[in-house]
Amino acid sequence: MSLLSVKDLAVRYGDLIGVGAVTLAVEAGQIVALLGANGAGKTTTLNAIAGLVPPAGGQILWQGKPIQGLPAHQIVSRGIALSPEGWRLFTGQSVEANLRLGATRLADRKQLPHRLDHVFTLFPRLAERRRQQAGTMSGGERQMLALGRALMSAPKLLLLDEPSLGLAPAVVEQVFATLLRLKAEGLTLLLAEQSAELALEVADRAYVLQTGATVLSGTGAELAGNAEVRRAYLGG
Amino acid sequence: MILVQLVTDGLLVGAVYALLSSGLTLIWGMMNVVNFAHGDFVMLAMYVAFIAVTTLAIGPALFVPLAALVLFGVGVVVYYALIRNVMRGPMLAQILSTFGLGLVLRYAMFWVFSANFVSLPDTLVGGVLSVDGLRLQYSRLLAGVVALLLTAALHLMLTRTALGSRLLAVAEDRTAAMLVGIRPDPMQALAWGIGAACAGVAGALIALFFYISPLVGDSLVLIAFVTVCLGGFGSVPGALFAGLAIGVIESLSSWFIGAAWKDVVVYGLFLLALWVRPQGLLGKS
Repeated sequence: MSLLSVKDLAVRYGDLIGVGAVTLAVEAGQIVALLGANGAGKTTTLNAIAGLVPPAGGQILWQGKPIQGLPAHQIVSRGIALSPEGWRLFTGQSVEANLRLGATRLADRKQLPHRLDHVFTLFPRLAERRRQQAGTMSGGERQMLALGRALMSAPKLLLLDEPSLGLAPAVVEQVFATLLRLKAEGLTLLLAEQSAELALEVADRAYVLQTGATVLSGTGAELAGNAEVRRAYLGG
Repeated sequence: MILVQLVTDGLLVGAVYALLSSGLTLIWGMMNVVNFAHGDFVMLAMYVAFIAVTTLAIGPALFVPLAALVLFGVGVVVYYALIRNVMRGPMLAQILSTFGLGLVLRYAMFWVFSANFVSLPDTLVGGVLSVDGLRLQYSRLLAGVVALLLTAALHLMLTRTALGSRLLAVAEDRTAAMLVGIRPDPMQALAWGIGAACAGVAGALIALFFYISPLVGDSLVLIAFVTVCLGGFGSVPGALFAGLAIGVIESLSSWFIGAAWKDVVVYGLFLLALWVRPQGLLGKS
């Protein structure tokens, strides 16, 4: 049984179709990449899994049980955290306040200091800046804080929307190194990326979306060597 | 000496304006809704005080908390029964809904209490405190100090507690708040409850030295809107400073220019301040 499996997911925004037929499976302990051009439906898929938008059809199974249509706070409680596109930090509040907010659904409150320590070990930079306002930080630090905030709920599955967007190449490398470290610690990751080359380097498995439907899937190596993927998504 | 007296009088009234406006600014900051019924919440609280004094014969130590409690309930009910639904509608529906709510409240009071002015017995908190030639009515002193403490407490609650952090999170980014597992509805209902309770306490305190009528909210809420604009929408410290400033300006201008002119001075300065700094004194651009 897959940790997460999505079958024929459909989401509509009024008359517009956000996604029409997305199917994917995430196995525990893997990094899975969701690839596709802008507007292919990556963000909509992640938002539907996280409970931000209700699906119009299809199924989302979490550890074998349907979770589609549950509100976001219940999804977080079940162990799925989304770090959204553009980070969406609470810019008026401190780094530490942002992290504490990330632990809103942490069932065992005694775990909170340990989660904070864990995040500060991953990102020592955040520890140095714990009293600083989130809105005054650099792009790389904001990405760290967004990741850290999502990790505060002690998730089993971390959803990441465009973790490389708008970051300098050196920072992007750090972020992906962190993702591999999180995987080594046993976390499962599903990441949406426009930059397929990067994503396929770390992904165990990848799915390619086109106009709201899954059109291709395979292991990272398979897709990296696939001529069609190279032509469509890797620029040659 | 007269200057010290005028400034002190102004600060005491200004603190009540600050508390009144904090409620308005909190609701605005949480969900970008202007509560046009805020003045009627104040009026409601004044009648709560009046009924409490006339039927239960209790003093301000009891009827001020009672007014806070009743208005907190009113705020929560208004959120769940009215605001939550109209939030999905167009902007105009949101504006008209709170405006309509205010009308319903004031005409309900006309119906129950008629248009007669009533007031609390001025012996309730009577007497004058004299210190070094400074003469302060106990009723205004009590109102000013309590209002100041509660406004400060509201600010501390928002900036120093986990609950405040969640409220501010919903205020800044509802979607991000949902992603960390906060349910926005209870938070917004709480903001309406606290906002209305601020109006409730302010109303009950003002009732100590002011007449009560179904239309009394009008004159008070106008000051609150000016305070919120000056202080910056959504800022409690801004409301505090602007409230105190307006109280002092009112007090000084009514002495030096004439009581009839104090409103002209306040609203004139308000327009001038907005012209220079449209985002408010402490507001973010």
